[in-house]
Amino acid sequence: MAASMVTMRVWRGDAKGGAFKDYRVEAQEGMVVLDVIHTIQATQAGDLACRWNCKAGKCGSCSAEINGKPRLMCMTRMNTFKPDETVTVSPIKAFPLFRDLATDVSFNYEKARQIPAFKPGPKEADGTRRMQQEDVERSQEFRKCIECFLCQNVCHVIRDHPENKSAFAGPRYLMRIAELEMHPLDTNDRLDLAQAKAGLGYCNITKCCTEVCPEHIHITDNALIPLKERVVSEKYDPIVWLARKLSGKS
Amino acid sequence: MATNESYETHEYDVLVIGAGGAGLRAAVEASAAGVKTALICKSLLGKAHTVMAEGGIAAAMGNVWKEDNWQVHFRDTMRGGKMLNNWRMAQLHAMESPDRVLELEEWGALFDRTKDGLISQRDFGGHRYARLAHVGDRTGLEMIRTLQQHAVHKGIDVHMECNIQRLLMDGDRVCGAVGYWRPTGKLVAFKAKAVVLATGGVGKAWKYTSNSWESTGDGITLGLDAGADLIDMECIQFHPTGMLWPTSVRGILVTESVRGDGGTLKNSEGVRFMFNYITEYFKGETADNEKEADAWYQDKKNNRRTPDLLPRDEVARAIHAEVKAGRGTPHGGVFLDICSRRSADYIRKRLPSMYHQFKELADVDITKEPMEVGPTCHYIMGGIRVDADTAATRVPGLFAAGEVAGGMHGANRLGGNSLSDLIVFGRRAGLAAAQYVKSLKGAVSVDQGTVKAALGELLSPFERTGGENPYAIHADLQECMQTLVGIIRTESELKKALEEIAVFKQRLTRVKVDGGREFNPGWHLALDLYSMLSVSEATTLGAIARKESRGGHTRDDYPMADDRLGKVNMVIRKRTGQMSVTEEPLPEMPPELKTLLQERK
Repeated sequence: MAASMVTMRVWRGDAKGGAFKDYRVEAQEGMVVLDVIHTIQATQAGDLACRWNCKAGKCGSCSAEINGKPRLMCMTRMNTFKPDETVTVSPIKAFPLFRDLATDVSFNYEKARQIPAFKPGPKEADGTRRMQQEDVERSQEFRKCIECFLCQNVCHVIRDHPENKSAFAGPRYLMRIAELEMHPLDTNDRLDLAQAKAGLGYCNITKCCTEVCPEHIHITDNALIPLKERVVSEKYDPIVWLARKLSGKS
Repeated sequence: MATNESYETHEYDVLVIGAGGAGLRAAVEASAAGVKTALICKSLLGKAHTVMAEGGIAAAMGNVWKEDNWQVHFRDTMRGGKMLNNWRMAQLHAMESPDRVLELEEWGALFDRTKDGLISQRDFGGHRYARLAHVGDRTGLEMIRTLQQHAVHKGIDVHMECNIQRLLMDGDRVCGAVGYWRPTGKLVAFKAKAVVLATGGVGKAWKYTSNSWESTGDGITLGLDAGADLIDMECIQFHPTGMLWPTSVRGILVTESVRGDGGTLKNSEGVRFMFNYITEYFKGETADNEKEADAWYQDKKNNRRTPDLLPRDEVARAIHAEVKAGRGTPHGGVFLDICSRRSADYIRKRLPSMYHQFKELADVDITKEPMEVGPTCHYIMGGIRVDADTAATRVPGLFAAGEVAGGMHGANRLGGNSLSDLIVFGRRAGLAAAQYVKSLKGAVSVDQGTVKAALGELLSPFERTGGENPYAIHADLQECMQTLVGIIRTESELKKALEEIAVFKQRLTRVKVDGGREFNPGWHLALDLYSMLSVSEATTLGAIARKESRGGHTRDDYPMADDRLGKVNMVIRKRTGQMSVTEEPLPEMPPELKTLLQERK
């Protein structure tokens, strides 16, 4: 079993200020960054703040920036770094800092609440809901989202311009709108919301969100671009507009 | 010492503590009944342990096998639980789970489908028919997200990252709770007419566990301290398949769906050893040769089920025995092989997160090579004793649902029965709590002195000078429970564990935490240790008292089941600071249900 000493450079501080602090830690074979953070807590800094829950890439709690790259700490193996490399761990940048590696992510929960709930149409005549697997798979891809908020964190619309936060829901919640739009049973119309309140127009499909997604969801290609297309065709296409008027669906 | 520090106060009709499947479902129901409801999350909303559930939700919907119905599900559950279950809970659960699953679909859940467009159902251990509604191997995520997205539009106040540490009492009835906000460390009191405990399990007291940091037994301890009864705390489920290597990921769950979808267990000699561990109890329904077991995947009518899918307690004991006999893998487990039977495409489609988990954490490609697995502490069947229909504890105003409650699963839980438990009894708890509030005469009163004293206790670890490190006590407790109160138990070791727990309790009084109040995990752990020690003691006491082997409780010195003990709960109460154990008879099952158990179709 290979154990080796590693140097971790961890951000320590709160909203008022702080600094990176170096820790020399013994890392066992197979450890991930979160294990090393836990070792630091247990042996050197009992008050080092970080969020985590499942330690298996399923809950999306332990998001951080590792050597500047937004990652889940629980899914980043230490053996992906060079043996003598100092590994820098800092909090995700787009949200206000609570302390050390824990940030205030309440922005995301506010945006989630603004999306109208799922509203299914009537059931089949036999009282069932029938959907084909290929029809549910589009939305299922988006429902793999573990809400780690890494896509929100890297999206330059808010990362570099916090002033956009009130007018922009971020990739996670635009994808949620797309998910509901593509849900075979849903009847709510959220295209106005997507464009007017959630700020779909701000997105210029640079795919930063897709690149950092630990669930490998094709956020840009499968959610954001199709959502943009729907908004364009529904809102500006005169034929679609006329058809909707005639069918009475406003 | 009481604190003079100011604290926030909130007032509700129903306070739901815990925001996994059971808590969310309870809050939705209470709120729908028109009472003012709050939901307390120890973590962020949507991160509770439910999110980690993989395989599915057991519900006899009959979408894949029309022969399936609640009676068969009831029978499977009781037999899986070695008849220690509260029969009424098992009955309600089997009857209501299909409706609860369909309700999730009404709220937006997108389950995998059958060819004719209905909710697909998969095979799991101990279930006679393919019965688990699922979404790949991330069913828990689908459940929690659906409930969360539904709940936020229902007028429920959601309080995130709030850790409840004590219940407040008005005479013999509950009247609220106190705790602190994790981000700021500030103190908070909730005044409430009814409290629903939905705080989950206890796994963090063991070294190798599939549980997250939250599973520290808080709710069980809150209930016990408030006067509620605990039952069958000795019945702990060690899931047979946890990851083994690398050491840092040891314990992380490998879903039973791997076996449900065709995976087989093999020892280091390549032998499918489960055929050697078919107990008398399951002989009639289990294939005794490889040919029949393999044929069962295609033709369930004419073949008996593979022993790889025996209930979890049986499989965990078998793995333990193989390793002990020297037929284990290099890291002390057995092999779980799905790549021999299934194509890479099938595996990636059906088990995407298992594929991902092994690839990323262990450099193992499960479409090409077998996994190394071994038992991991997964679930507690025991917990707070509740009334089956209302989820009420014996303490007026206090309800409990989900893993925190005992009885439903008897001595061993079947896979898939946990997610269905959460929504069936979460709903019942929320409804009953709301009805209790509506029938309550007069106001509840909260004594400020008690609140200040309780809150003062929470701050005491900051005030000591020098002392114990909470992380060290936690590590020692985990080592103790793992080695002395593990899968196979014996009286001398259990008694040694009790002695060690007594020492840990002393050490806890000397804990000193460093740093400030804001988001300080050392402080949080120091407080959670109180609960972990409390449930560890209760489990050990129950394990000493139950002098037999049954389900998730195996005694080396009493290797057989004892018919007399199979008819009693081990009840733990705490009075004047001391826990005691008494045997009390199980509720008597009505004759028509007894008949169901004897039928073998």
